[in-house]
Amino acid sequence: MRKIFISIAAVLIAGTAVSTAQQKPAVDRAKADAAVKSAFPSAPADWQPRLVQDETMKQCSAHDNLPPKAVGEAIQKRERATIEYPADGQFMGDWKRGERIAQSGYGLRFTDYPPRNPNGGNCYACHQLTKAELSFGTVGPSLLNYGGIRKFGAAETKAVYEKIYNAHASYPCSLMPRLGSNKVLTIEQIKDVVALVMSPDSPVNK
Amino acid sequence: MKRRYLMFAVLGCALVGAASLATAQDTTEKALEKYRQMLRDDPWSNPALLDADRGEVLWKTAAGPNKATLEKCDLGKGPGVVDGAFAELPRYFADANRVMDVETRLMWCMEKLQGIPRAELINRPFPGGGQPVKNLGAIATYISSKSNGKTFAARMERPQEKEVLALGKELFHRRQGPFDFSCASCHADAGKRIRLQGLPFLGQPAEAKKVIGEWPAYRVSSTHVMTMQHRLFDCFWQMRMPQMEMGSDASVALIAYLVKNAEGGKIDAPGLKR
Repeated sequence: MRKIFISIAAVLIAGTAVSTAQQKPAVDRAKADAAVKSAFPSAPADWQPRLVQDETMKQCSAHDNLPPKAVGEAIQKRERATIEYPADGQFMGDWKRGERIAQSGYGLRFTDYPPRNPNGGNCYACHQLTKAELSFGTVGPSLLNYGGIRKFGAAETKAVYEKIYNAHASYPCSLMPRLGSNKVLTIEQIKDVVALVMSPDSPVNK
Repeated sequence: MKRRYLMFAVLGCALVGAASLATAQDTTEKALEKYRQMLRDDPWSNPALLDADRGEVLWKTAAGPNKATLEKCDLGKGPGVVDGAFAELPRYFADANRVMDVETRLMWCMEKLQGIPRAELINRPFPGGGQPVKNLGAIATYISSKSNGKTFAARMERPQEKEVLALGKELFHRRQGPFDFSCASCHADAGKRIRLQGLPFLGQPAEAKKVIGEWPAYRVSSTHVMTMQHRLFDCFWQMRMPQMEMGSDASVALIAYLVKNAEGGKIDAPGLKR
């Protein structure tokens, strides 16, 4: 069995045009798939997709989130295609609602069913946003005065929407969840968070 | 969760004042370190020691359908040998034909020696907030305390152990679930925080050595002992994954990977965590 996996891996690697220097042996991934499947036996049917990696997850995992150029570009292209834009063409909602979404880590955990609240974006877990909130994480960059630094530009506002919707479209293998594509936040919620980051009235820019 | 943030928020707010934000950050970090030091200053203040005592009694008390004690349980150094056994786990056990961490091994002993069905052992194996650690966790706390002061010395040189290590490394970097998280999302860099909570760089021996030996630990925020299996279960909850089964191959592999990274690190169990 093992030999078969290894020879399959060899064929796959040989057939890939990109650099495979960082690629770990595929035999490990097959075993990891099986181990994950058996580690969560109580997962209900509608949770089964959580046990399976999509192509982007596989590529980012295989390259420890530092994909070679060609892989990175493929990821960007694929993920950009998943972005849905607001029907009204407006990228900014209400920054006050955005602040509540940024504070909330609620949603999608197995203790969050049936849902009692809307999902949060949990932005403060990783980012600094307003001056007032001191309990912020540092996994992501500080976003203090993000809009002000960018002169509240329209193109920048759209770019923020896209980064929240699917960060991989801008930074392949970003550590940030694909909040729009993975249906963590709705389009309206994302607009509210964009307002928190980009509105001149928002405390992020005061 | 909320309580945890509140505690830090109170600490943070008390110290901030009108200083610049960078200074405020440093001050908050210092206050947190002082709080941690206070927790460490009096080792006898650790409530987990009560659970270690409870675990010792449970180890020696007949239980289960077979009315047997665990005193014949072989933790790797021979039947009944507890001293130093935790320091050499996880390891391969020929009788079970599996690599096992301390909790998985205890599960096996409780099933084989005491006749307690596996289904019963894996059903709600971890305490809710405010509840005491379950019996198996208390015994694991006792076993780990009997390696206190030793260093992690799991050899993991057998082929089965090497295979499990490789799986653990793969799983550590595996992104999955609706948030695309892997263990590495939070634990593959130095000096990062989630909110105010520092994140150990577990892929790196220096930081793994510092923290892995503190588990099982009494967690002030949840007021009970949390075992390593429970800690992983909690990580996967946060990662938006389903409930990880205690003793699953994936859980053992991740623990093996973490302990291997912590090789040579001192065991200071049970620890005390915020």
